[in-house]
Amino acid sequence: MPLVKNGKVSGDAFVHVADDAEIPTDGAVLISAARFLADAEALSRRLGKTGVIWPNNRDVDDLVPYLDRLAVVALVFPTFRDGRAYSQARLLRERYHYRGELRATGQVLRDQFVFMLRAGFDAFEVKKDSDAEAFVSTVKRYSVFYQPTGDGRVTALHRRMQQRHSESAAQ
Amino acid sequence: MYAYDEIDRTLINERVSEFRDQVKRRLSGELTEDEFKMLRLQNGVYLQLHAYMFRVAIPYGTLSSNQLRRLAHVARRYDRGYGHFTTRQNIQFNWIKLAELPDALADLAEVGIHAMQTSGNNTRNVTSDQWAGVAPGEIEDPRIWSELLRQYTTLHPEFSFLPRKFKFAITASAHDRAAIKVHDIGLRLHKNAEGETGFEVLVGGGLGRTPFIGKTIRPYVAGRDLLSYVEAILRVYNQYGRRDNIYKARIKILVHELGIEKFAKEVEDEWQQMDKSDLTLDHAMVEEIRSRFSYPAYEKLPHMPDELKKAAHDSQFEAWRKNSVAPHKVTGYSIVTLSLKPIGGPPGDATADQMDAIADLADKYSFGEIRVGHEQNLALPHVAKRDLPVLWKALDKIGVATPNVNLVTDIIACPGLDYCSLANARSIPIAQELTHRFANHDTANMIGRLHINISGCINACGHHHVGHIGILGVEKNGEEFYQITIGGRADEHAEVGTLVGPAVPYADVADVVEDIVEAYLALRARPDELFVDTVKRLGVEPFRERVYATR
Amino acid sequence: MTSPLEQKKIKVTRPSVVTANRTWDGIVIYRTASKGWSADLSDAAIVRTSDDARALLAEAIADDVGAIGAYIAPVDIGSSGEIEPGNLREHIRSEGLTIGLPVPA
Repeated sequence: MPLVKNGKVSGDAFVHVADDAEIPTDGAVLISAARFLADAEALSRRLGKTGVIWPNNRDVDDLVPYLDRLAVVALVFPTFRDGRAYSQARLLRERYHYRGELRATGQVLRDQFVFMLRAGFDAFEVKKDSDAEAFVSTVKRYSVFYQPTGDGRVTALHRRMQQRHSESAAQ
Repeated sequence: MYAYDEIDRTLINERVSEFRDQVKRRLSGELTEDEFKMLRLQNGVYLQLHAYMFRVAIPYGTLSSNQLRRLAHVARRYDRGYGHFTTRQNIQFNWIKLAELPDALADLAEVGIHAMQTSGNNTRNVTSDQWAGVAPGEIEDPRIWSELLRQYTTLHPEFSFLPRKFKFAITASAHDRAAIKVHDIGLRLHKNAEGETGFEVLVGGGLGRTPFIGKTIRPYVAGRDLLSYVEAILRVYNQYGRRDNIYKARIKILVHELGIEKFAKEVEDEWQQMDKSDLTLDHAMVEEIRSRFSYPAYEKLPHMPDELKKAAHDSQFEAWRKNSVAPHKVTGYSIVTLSLKPIGGPPGDATADQMDAIADLADKYSFGEIRVGHEQNLALPHVAKRDLPVLWKALDKIGVATPNVNLVTDIIACPGLDYCSLANARSIPIAQELTHRFANHDTANMIGRLHINISGCINACGHHHVGHIGILGVEKNGEEFYQITIGGRADEHAEVGTLVGPAVPYADVADVVEDIVEAYLALRARPDELFVDTVKRLGVEPFRERVYATR
Repeated sequence: MTSPLEQKKIKVTRPSVVTANRTWDGIVIYRTASKGWSADLSDAAIVRTSDDARALLAEAIADDVGAIGAYIAPVDIGSSGEIEPGNLREHIRSEGLTIGLPVPA
């Protein structure tokens, strides 16, 4: 399953460690939320980079105290139609100012890339190779956005108002 | 009329391009139906019994004449020459081919029409009062706020995959023509003591399997806080709405299960924590949207023009005028309802020819504007009274001047089993038969205002729960049966109707409705006591006795 | 007729066919005995047991590109072997609306 980061297919530096497997002392790992929380203090201070896979039916509040020590938070789309992770992503980015990698996992398909980017995801475990390859062209599909999210894209309303101001300034 | 600018048009075109690509990938097999279905629903494309159905958005029920002409074009070019106006101010085409949809959408995009989010688990068309902007006594035009909401909710990245569909309605009049109490979010525009515009916000209303009347979550949310407050509600719903059972996934179930106080607290907590700066609507932003709405340059016209005085002798014209013409907030003007409920016809349908003719009449007599009402009729909102006689003749010629607005033959019906794959029973032939039974206009006038709503299944697209008489198609042993309720209302006194008795077979429905009406005529306290008030006063029992005595 | 799209268990008690809608244009189609589709009910393969129905349905569902919404529908077999729709819903799908199309005034 290709990982797309910075707009291109890249290798995944992180190893998924199963709940019953030993967590290596260093190296980049992705572990489940339950496992992480059971030993959060210690795990968040491991030598290697640590990432947590957070389920979509649990508030992100419990993860917030550790965000500045996590390299990756992976959120889950069990099916692409289950949109809870979009809210989780926005909360992590915009309310809790999470700056690490925010990864979309689960059924991640081409036609949701733009929504995911706008919600704050910057890495994608993409289901299909063809979708991963089409990432760059897909995110160019839209240039107009009606509503603000934390992604910094100017909304249509603001663009119009900017236009108005520059028009009246030019007069 | 809201004028789409370059920015709005660009978005619609980007959406059409995206869908064209999605259809291509579906037809090539690159996308499975499981992956594609939600994408096509998000563009208003359903699979029905014998074809795809295409639902096009008419934001808050307002159309320009050019837009109506383009809908006629789509009906001719891609469909079978007609369209159906829905209870949510949209239009549906019933025979569209998936492969041709991108072209149909491109044709519509040229006049600023789209089908974004007319289906799917997202936020749907924000409906409003079809008399918005022209009704006397309206506080201010609710369509400004409908447009603000429309933009805010369109392709919202966080809320495009909700647990289930989400519907908004806004009213700015004391008499609610938008049925806000049966919407997921209902908004009643009003001003606070300081004269500032704001909204009473209701949540959790809805029909379907489990009808609920919406509850007030906040009596006043300032206009500037509307979007942030809505975002708080949607975020709570997106996270906590049920996803395990599609029949329990609407926000009304969440509100019911938590209770309104607990739900309100969740929303308040979220709202308090939110950084609202991006979503706060300052004066400049509201005015930016308001400035894009154009209003007619009304003339100064007399309250009683000569043309009207002269036409008063024509009893047919008078019958129509008294029934279909409503007062306008500007002296000398009126609001004209075009009945799409001809005797014997399928309710809410218009042919391409009719649409073109209405567009021409709108240009001549209504400043190029048409409205779509949730009772499945159209309206011309800016007609000078002096033009009423000549307009009437023209409307009558094209078959949209049946003087039955709000009467027993002004039936609201879903497409039913003739079209819809979800239906248990047919609704259109029931409506047709009922219009025949009550075809006599004097009889219909004597009966007075009476809303019959017919749904072919429990999904209640015909809004039968809130019909004065509600008819619901059910199935019994492979036969079509119908449950009949009375006493429902969709307005500011909204309530769900009560079952009159056991379900009756298809062949008996019209007889039962006639019996109910006869019972009402016998029981009403005065000729002007409305059916729905008689039911309220006496309850269901006297009706049940009379209707089911011999059944 | 309760939507057969909500069918969970497959239990065939009458002669039945598998029907769907053609993906590209949405028209009604019936699964034939030769692993194809026809718009004509008279070409449909008839199944009489639940196992045969399941097999035919699985075959139909596998054609995800060509057809959508496949399900099992009852039919009646006439005296000369002609296949008739088995309920009102299938009648409407096969014959069309029970009402006239809207006509201009």
